[in-house]
Amino acid sequence: MISFEEVEYVYPNGVKALDNISLRIGRGEIVALMGENGSGKTTLLKHLNGLLKPTRGRVLVDGVDTRSATVAELARKVGLVFQNAESMFFSSTVWEEVAFALRNFGYEESVVRRRVEWALNFMELMDYAESSPFLLSGGEKKRLALAIVLAWSPEVIALDEPTTGQDQLQKEKLMQMIKLLREQDRTIIISSHDVEFIAQLKPRIILMKRGRIVADGSADEIFLNEDLPLSCNLLPPQIASLTRELSFLGLKPSLKHPQEVAEELLDALSKILHKS
Amino acid sequence: MYTASTSKTFFLESSKGDLREMLGTDRRETEGEAEEAPVIIQVENLSFRYYGSEQYALRNVNLMVKKGEFVALAGRSGCGKTTLLRCLNGLVPNFYEGEMSGRVLVDGKDTRYTPTHIISQVAGMVFQNPDNQLFALSVEADIAFPLENLGLPREVILERVEWALNALGIEDLRYRSPFELSGGQKQKVAIASVLAMRPKILILDEPTSSLDPASAKNLIDSIVELNKREGLTIIISEHRLELLLPHADRLIVMDQGAIVRDGDPKLILRDGNLLVYGVAPPKVSEVARYVNAHQGCLRFDEIPLTVREFVEKVRRLIG
Ligand SMILES: Nc1ncnc2c1ncn2[C@@H]1O[C@H](COP(=O)(O)OP(=O)(O)OP(=O)(O)O)[C@@H](O)[C@H]1O
Ligand SMILES: Nc1ncnc2c1ncn2[C@@H]1O[C@H](COP(=O)(O)OP(=O)(O)O)[C@@H](O)[C@H]1O
Ligand SMILES: [Mg+2]
Ligand SMILES: [Mg+2]
Repeated sequence: MISFEEVEYVYPNGVKALDNISLRIGRGEIVALMGENGSGKTTLLKHLNGLLKPTRGRVLVDGVDTRSATVAELARKVGLVFQNAESMFFSSTVWEEVAFALRNFGYEESVVRRRVEWALNFMELMDYAESSPFLLSGGEKKRLALAIVLAWSPEVIALDEPTTGQDQLQKEKLMQMIKLLREQDRTIIISSHDVEFIAQLKPRIILMKRGRIVADGSADEIFLNEDLPLSCNLLPPQIASLTRELSFLGLKPSLKHPQEVAEELLDALSKILHKS
Repeated sequence: MYTASTSKTFFLESSKGDLREMLGTDRRETEGEAEEAPVIIQVENLSFRYYGSEQYALRNVNLMVKKGEFVALAGRSGCGKTTLLRCLNGLVPNFYEGEMSGRVLVDGKDTRYTPTHIISQVAGMVFQNPDNQLFALSVEADIAFPLENLGLPREVILERVEWALNALGIEDLRYRSPFELSGGQKQKVAIASVLAMRPKILILDEPTSSLDPASAKNLIDSIVELNKREGLTIIISEHRLELLLPHADRLIVMDQGAIVRDGDPKLILRDGNLLVYGVAPPKVSEVARYVNAHQGCLRFDEIPLTVREFVEKVRRLIG
């Protein structure tokens, strides 16, 4: 669905933000980009919808080179939720903000209404339908940005730090949403620092450092590796550290649910205490 | 510090419970006893509704923070955390208009009658969205500008800028334009510029939300250090509690504009499930709660907040 071929990107100020990136992402995959601040995650995401064009190399989305595609063409295929949600807003009400893109794509007004309603309800924003987007709380702004993209549900959905400002209940909803989208064969690319969220979602993880890809693997492969996370300014998920520290009892490092870890621990302990 | 006359008004206006507290504080201060820290923030029966909105963003909030306390603030998105923090540095009601009742005293000053630039020197605030805080041509200038406004001598300014850049590990960004930085880098610059002001109270609104985990940990560590070494009062709102709670004296949970929990983090985590308030306990605390629920050979009287605390308890059990 997406391929980066030896992509380099240099900002006008001379900062090289992407350095020889080659990458393929299949339809229906969920991929998380992780890595230290300034490592190039946002820059990479902005290449998906043609907001940025490679300085060298090329980016193909569904077979189309982003340099030759029109903005409108790409916008239909790829929805990007910005890290700074506010920069996506320009309407005077929350409702209009979500409706705008849908109308632009030529949906009938009845469809627009239904989709806006659905997206606002899902993101728990219906109470704010008539409010100004700019007066929402930080987390609400982020959810509005998500609602805008979810409402038109493009084939490729890129989420830049979707969990910032979200409480645990909203994060769990977001997780369900992402899984649902995958079932509809959407391709989802998330940039995130939220190790616990990603450890629960268990997507394919791509680690970035100074504009390069330094690792690409499953959540287990990345998070249970002893050195890799730390080398990219990530702390391992707490469950990974805990199970590792408890390996003297025979537990294996894992990303299991806390309840399972508790059960394994009690099993191991009762065996040991029984013996002595 | 409260003058005698402000304490007297407290008397008249505060409820019985608060009255005893206030009396206590007053006596200690006049006798000059050092053990109990003086109150630096006092919020009384505070309610607030933003202009044009129907819902109250804060409902009858009462809160007292002592000098040097380290307070973590949590709750669902939209529950009023940012609004409460805006009240503590006077942005509400001086900048954000609305209907406010009750009052807020910061270092003895009533926020309604004190200009925001005076209060913000005492209570420095880092905003949730760093874009609202950056404006200069270079990172260095952004940090120096407010110090120049205070009329500080040049050497002091240079020294503080250096110190703040260093505390956040962003020396290499010094000449960069703040507008050409990544999200996390911007957040670090915003925090550095508030730190450089050396306020007595440091208010941080979800400061780690765009930071990579190692930077988040470094930030929390340097704040803990400021709190310990300089007695800086810290109030942080956060969703990711695992880095913060091991250091917090106090956890406050808000829901729909009201405070619903306020106390020792370990006790609050032990005594109830906070998920309804959107608060995720650290994963080790969750494991410990499941262990306790089983009533097996291991029981945590005190809920661990870190991997180390958890493992130490297990090791003690098996000897
Ligand atoms: N508009 C811009 N102009 C110039 N340089 C930029 C711009 N935006 C980002 N950069 C630089 O490009 C590099 C990559 O930035 P990018 O925003 O892609 O990082 P990121 O991985 O998303 O970081 P974060 O986790 O902090 O959001 C950094 O060195 C950053 O300072
Ligand atoms: N400037 C504003 N004008 C009007 N309403 C606002 C403003 N800022 C926040 N609100 C509303 O006040 C409530 C509390 O918001 P906030 O304090 O930002 O929550 P939190 O920081 O806990 O996410 C929300 O309903 C939000 O939409
Ligand atoms: Mg980014
Ligand atoms: Mg907020």
